[in-house]
Amino acid sequence: MIAATLAAPASGPGRRSSWLLAWLVVLAVTIGFSHLPRGTLDGLWEEVPRGMQIPVARWISAATAWLVDDARIGPVAFRDVTRGLAALLEAPLRAASSLLATGLMRGEGSAAVRLLPPLPWLGVVGAGALLGLHAGGARLAALMAACLGYLAVFGQWQSAMTTLASIAIAVPLGVAGGLLLGIAAYRSRRFEAALSPVLDAMQTAPVFAYLLPILVLFGFGPAAALIATVIYAMPPMVRVTQLALRGVSPEIVEYGRMAGATPRQLVWRVMVPSARAPLMVGVNQVIMLSLNMVIIASMIGAGGLGYDVLTSLRRLDIGGGLEAGVAIVVLAVALDRLSQAYAARAGHGLPRSRLPLAALAAAVAAWGLAFLVPAVAVYPEGWQVSTSDFWAGAIEWLNVNYFDTFEAIKTAVLTNLLLPVRRVLVAVPWWWGTFVIALAMWRIGGSRRAGIAAGFALFVAFTGYWAPAMVSIYLVGVSVLIAAAIGVPVGIASGLSPRVWAWVQPAIDTLQTLPSFVYLIPVVMLFRVGEFTALIAIVLYAVAPAIRYTALGVREVDPALIEAATAMGTTPAQRVLRVRLPLAAPEVLLGLSQTVLLAVSMLVITALVGTRDLGQEVYIALTKADVGRGLVAGACIAMLAMLADRMLTQGAARLRRRLGLAP
Amino acid sequence: MPATEKLVCRGVWKLFGPGAEAFLARTPSPSREAVAAARLVPAVIDASLSVAEGECFVIMGLSGSGKSTLVRCLSRLVEPSAGEIRFEGRDLRAASERELIELRRHRMGMVFQHFALLPHLSVLENVAFPLAVQGVARATREARAREMIALVGLEGREGRLPRELSGGQQQRVGIARSLAVGPELWFLDEPFSALDPLIRREMQNEFLRLQSRLRKTIVFITHDFDEAIRLADRIAIMRDGRIIQTGTAEELILAPADPYVADFTREAPRAKILSARAIMRPPTDAPVAGTIEAGRRVADFAAEIEAAGAPFAVVENGRPIGAVGRAEVMAVLLGRPPEGRA
Repeated sequence: MIAATLAAPASGPGRRSSWLLAWLVVLAVTIGFSHLPRGTLDGLWEEVPRGMQIPVARWISAATAWLVDDARIGPVAFRDVTRGLAALLEAPLRAASSLLATGLMRGEGSAAVRLLPPLPWLGVVGAGALLGLHAGGARLAALMAACLGYLAVFGQWQSAMTTLASIAIAVPLGVAGGLLLGIAAYRSRRFEAALSPVLDAMQTAPVFAYLLPILVLFGFGPAAALIATVIYAMPPMVRVTQLALRGVSPEIVEYGRMAGATPRQLVWRVMVPSARAPLMVGVNQVIMLSLNMVIIASMIGAGGLGYDVLTSLRRLDIGGGLEAGVAIVVLAVALDRLSQAYAARAGHGLPRSRLPLAALAAAVAAWGLAFLVPAVAVYPEGWQVSTSDFWAGAIEWLNVNYFDTFEAIKTAVLTNLLLPVRRVLVAVPWWWGTFVIALAMWRIGGSRRAGIAAGFALFVAFTGYWAPAMVSIYLVGVSVLIAAAIGVPVGIASGLSPRVWAWVQPAIDTLQTLPSFVYLIPVVMLFRVGEFTALIAIVLYAVAPAIRYTALGVREVDPALIEAATAMGTTPAQRVLRVRLPLAAPEVLLGLSQTVLLAVSMLVITALVGTRDLGQEVYIALTKADVGRGLVAGACIAMLAMLADRMLTQGAARLRRRLGLAP
Repeated sequence: MPATEKLVCRGVWKLFGPGAEAFLARTPSPSREAVAAARLVPAVIDASLSVAEGECFVIMGLSGSGKSTLVRCLSRLVEPSAGEIRFEGRDLRAASERELIELRRHRMGMVFQHFALLPHLSVLENVAFPLAVQGVARATREARAREMIALVGLEGREGRLPRELSGGQQQRVGIARSLAVGPELWFLDEPFSALDPLIRREMQNEFLRLQSRLRKTIVFITHDFDEAIRLADRIAIMRDGRIIQTGTAEELILAPADPYVADFTREAPRAKILSARAIMRPPTDAPVAGTIEAGRRVADFAAEIEAAGAPFAVVENGRPIGAVGRAEVMAVLLGRPPEGRA
């Protein structure tokens, strides 16, 4: 697909074939480097020598040290400001967690006295079910009750409520912040131009990279975790807000102006309410991303389920980790379905109903009951079921009985696919790599974009991260290829057959709800650490958009075209191959660009299983608290992601124009 | 021109593209080629019109003729690139954003093609919305909204959401809403174009009924010449950004400015438009069967002429100015072009 785009004619078939030839030569040269005898290239031709590297990482570290230790605004130290902010954020967090998890406490540590109990589990389950009933009817109510009930029955209640409390604070902050930034960007072109690259960076930089500065500035604790979560979860809300406001019908906006609305009234009373449905989609995104951060945030001080997963992983407690991981998934499914149901209804106005009030009443009543009869407050320990031993047993059984099979698969893929690709890519010197990247970008997007691409590549080379970057490209490249090889056929099948889609949709919905960490757990158990494990985890995490977009593209082909093709007497296979697929190609490319972004975001997490790439650099920086190193390696990852994303989206746009689907 | 001019625009231009205003300041009446060479897209070219108080002024044109842009220039929803717009003699282009908001809150109302109802508000809240943004108290504004809802015949549906209404009902809400502030100047941008033909006709009648009661000053946009004829006191026909002719329906039929206008008028129901004055022959001394006022429409008196054996005298201010007989009426009914009169 990419090759087709690259070789697309600027004018005439002659140029197309000469470009194809050119790309074959480029490919041959690229492979050629890995066959050069060691030492053929030396000095600057092999890698940027240490003396010529730009010590950006050291500068950043020094700047951070100054900021934390010496910076002051008048008499107030910068550090005090950030710590103050953290304390400010901690107050609502503590309130939410008192309400849901711990109850109101006085005093510290073991000397603490519980003044008021938290909401009892029955109250939360009841309130959840009533909200489900309000948003989506009886089925959703049952799902909510089942999910929340699961947390109580399987002994995850306390942790789950701690997690829910932090989500309950992070989501409103993320939504409000995203909404305000989105509105500001909608109203001011200049602000939008300034914001757009920041959002790009926030969405493509690995979370770990900014975990570190947050840790340094705000200290270890729930507030720092909250800030990291909000930064991670907010960008989609900003973008959704911009899109939603732009999507408001121009007539509605004109009406608002004609009604004499002031600019402020126009935004808040006309546009935002009119765009409720797409805005709710943004809220759903914020919820899901916040949950995605649960485990990572626990590295800098969030408690709850994420902390349980992390400690279990560190102890290699397979069962415990899976148990807490599944609990995160269950919580995610409940919140996802609930917010999606609200999003779906927001489009045509919610029926006015007392159910939300009833949910509140149920919670309060249960709380009152628990106050009088303490026994109902907590789910009885004796009734709890632990699945931990079951999971541990299942994995052990698989490993005892199928060890050789797993080992054979792993070795086969490693020797036949991974290692050869790795050998080629690692041997590519920085100047050739930069040239190829710039050339490809020039073909797809013109000279300005090519210049930016070359700048990115040179930044990576001159900050000394070329070698790990090539490993990252290799890991992402191979996993995206595999994800495409799985995702595109599955997507075509689901696009053609609603029955297949009915099976595939819940599967990929679930795949996308899982926090990225969860993928690692079973894979590590079966294949142990190494690049193969990383590969599987990345493919699992990144395959969903490839399927989704392909299915969408295949399904949404103009029915009139299919009718016309049928009328011409084409066979069903011809209709798929010659009409649907070519017209779906731009969508497929967009899906792949999403796949690439997800794959890149998984890089740092797979560093936990021992890869040797940029992700590992970030991870090491985190453990060593080396802000500069972490940020620069993180920036390199972000640049790779942006490069891949621009190439694929530009390619998609070009294809669209060529197919006559866009002007 | 009628006595009081409510809304006047002179030499209004709207060119889309950067630097349009500076371009027009340099070259006051550029040719199409010059506009294209400056990489600007012309939407409205040198438009002048004047709407009298209580008049229904229809701007007619096909899609892309610039009529929607022109009406938006008149309310300054779109900033004109050049020209003068006066509302009650006051220069609208000089009005500040603050003043415009005040004007729109109290003096102007607008109805939109696709209704532009706020999807999250009930019928009552939608109609009360223009008052709500002014900060009118809830009780007052809801009382006023109920009055407007009754005016357009939607009593009993106050609590519905827009999506629960049919297209015709939604546009009734749009009309009620635009009248809630009691505007003097009423803009209607293809208000009935999105409706089915039968409903459209019903809404046109409703509109005529309202206008006979309210006597607003109206600028009405349509692409439907029949609609223009039914509703307009005067019609301006636009093509490619220019107003090519302005006049009453009768004037357009009798003296189309160019073949384009003639094309529109060819299928028009002449009997309903042409008056006795327009088709009469010079007065004769022959005996007449009676008299007909010069302003009466042919459809209106055709039956009388058919019943009588002799022609009728056409009178104006009690003085005979011509005569009409069967031949003239038949010519109109058969659609023959009028011969050299008017």
